[in-house]
Amino acid sequence: MRDIKKIIASHKRKDALFAVLGFMALMVGLLTLLALMLDLAVDGVARLKPHFFTSFPSRFADQAGILSAWVGTCLVMFVTAATALPLGVAAGVYLEEYAPKNKLTTLIEINITNLAGVPSIVFGLMALGLFVYKFRLGQSVATAGLTLALLVLPIVITATRESIRAIPQSIREAAIALGATKWQTIVHHILPYSTGGILTGVIISLSRAIGESAPLITIGALTFIAFLPDSPVKAELPFVSFAWLKSPFTVMPIQMFNWVSRPQAEFHLNAAAAGLVLLVMTLAMNGVAIYIRHRFRKRIKW
Amino acid sequence: MVETIRGTVVDRSPLSFSKKRIRLRQVWEGFVKTGLFLAAFSSVLVTVGIVGVLVYESLQFFKEVRIVDFLTDTQWTPLFSDAHYGILPLICGTMVTTFVAVLVAVPVGTVTAIYLSEYAPHRLREFVKPVLELLSAVPTVVYGYFALLFVTPLLQKVLPELPGFNMLSAGLVMGVMIIPYVSSLSEDAMRAVPMHIREGSYAMGATRLQTALRVVMPSAFSGMSAAYVLAFSRAIGETMVVAIAAGMQPNFTLNPMEPASTITAYIVQVSLGDLPHGSVGYQTIFAAGLTLLIITLAFNILGHFLRKRFREVY
Repeated sequence: MRDIKKIIASHKRKDALFAVLGFMALMVGLLTLLALMLDLAVDGVARLKPHFFTSFPSRFADQAGILSAWVGTCLVMFVTAATALPLGVAAGVYLEEYAPKNKLTTLIEINITNLAGVPSIVFGLMALGLFVYKFRLGQSVATAGLTLALLVLPIVITATRESIRAIPQSIREAAIALGATKWQTIVHHILPYSTGGILTGVIISLSRAIGESAPLITIGALTFIAFLPDSPVKAELPFVSFAWLKSPFTVMPIQMFNWVSRPQAEFHLNAAAAGLVLLVMTLAMNGVAIYIRHRFRKRIKW
Repeated sequence: MVETIRGTVVDRSPLSFSKKRIRLRQVWEGFVKTGLFLAAFSSVLVTVGIVGVLVYESLQFFKEVRIVDFLTDTQWTPLFSDAHYGILPLICGTMVTTFVAVLVAVPVGTVTAIYLSEYAPHRLREFVKPVLELLSAVPTVVYGYFALLFVTPLLQKVLPELPGFNMLSAGLVMGVMIIPYVSSLSEDAMRAVPMHIREGSYAMGATRLQTALRVVMPSAFSGMSAAYVLAFSRAIGETMVVAIAAGMQPNFTLNPMEPASTITAYIVQVSLGDLPHGSVGYQTIFAAGLTLLIITLAFNILGHFLRKRFREVY
């Protein structure tokens, strides 16, 4: 009897010990995240003055800013979203609503899974060989946006498929019973009901794209740009211009990389400030995505 | 509503469609279907593009460099006048950083997953999971900064002879970065194990720890191994952390305390300079990229196989 009590006590001790160990393991991740944010904030916050956002990079660390970087990031993200959203949603709708069960569909599905596992820098190499030299798009905003769009395409497709799959079959049957065609069913019912999930996926994929630097360095993004691309809005007709698509560019992570790799410590402060801005952008996007997911899950109950 | 005008029957009811309109609708539906199919098929074209570009440029490269030298030479100095094209030092650097990262991510991620799945109260889990996933949302260049300017100085306090660029700190930071890949997928796999199996174990008098280690984990093995393989393949393909914190000199060593270059860091290094299009130096990055793709593809296939092979059916 004594022995059994001892064994039970020892098992319980191990169990409690593991609970502590598990909590500590959890804390490794969370505390690192906290340390990372604090480190960036402590180093970078002194540089976050208005002129940091309105100045071009410079040889003098305290005069340098991220103007060309954040403008570049916005333009590239616009191209990425404009490409990845229609392409990804269309592919997701096809695979969920139209695709017959055959070898070709299986091939497409396996291919998307594999693409998600391809290192981002390999996408950059593909873009360098294909977009930059074959299609002669140059080392431009358009090339960068397309590259990132292809990189995040699997995320958009998967998100679209998952949110479409969550819609009950009865909705489709009801629409078709009323004489709607397949496409009408999709436009009037399937897409509106899956907007939340698709939007979440798109924001998550853009937050991934915004922090990517490796593929853009590979296609030859410049690290020192002291001018802005052509403005997309013009005073005279036709008011919009697409010359910026062909413009050379830099983006936030590349600007930060440039500053980190300099030996002078003053530039490291700039890197921290840029990193802080970048971090706030990605975390905010993730926050919005979580909020939207939460909101839509609450609103629609089948 | 059917009336006769000069001998022909004309249907004026609003509900009926003329044949022409129905035909138009069918054409439109077919058109839409084709468009959507092309969108889905474009992902296959991307793969074809990737493989095509890498293989094409690598073939040009292997016209200049013997494939045996590429795989066995222990020096990688393509940009020197005495050029050597041995990929081994780069593979070595990639493996060392990956190994350090996995050594962090697998134990920490697994224990975290067990804790979240078997121990943590519901509310804590719901709060912690998205926060933990932020770890993989942080831009990698920020991790590079953190490794170079926070972790390395910290490690140098313990190991004074550690150089400013080293694979150890890059690997450690990369390890933390991929924790969510391990913990999230492992936890999903564990939570998919049906409750009655756990209840059976508890009914036999097992503790939570015993249940987790001897009942839940073996059942969730397929999903967990897939998570580990995914973490491996992420670490192999990771670029910015190693490019910033591990230095960029190719170094044929297994010692994580030394600086070294990885396959990915080398590609970044060459891309930062401007090598002329079509030169051997330019082609090296495609040969390196092809090597990288083959390694990660092998891991992804392994993961796919593990998931299929060890799937428990309830």
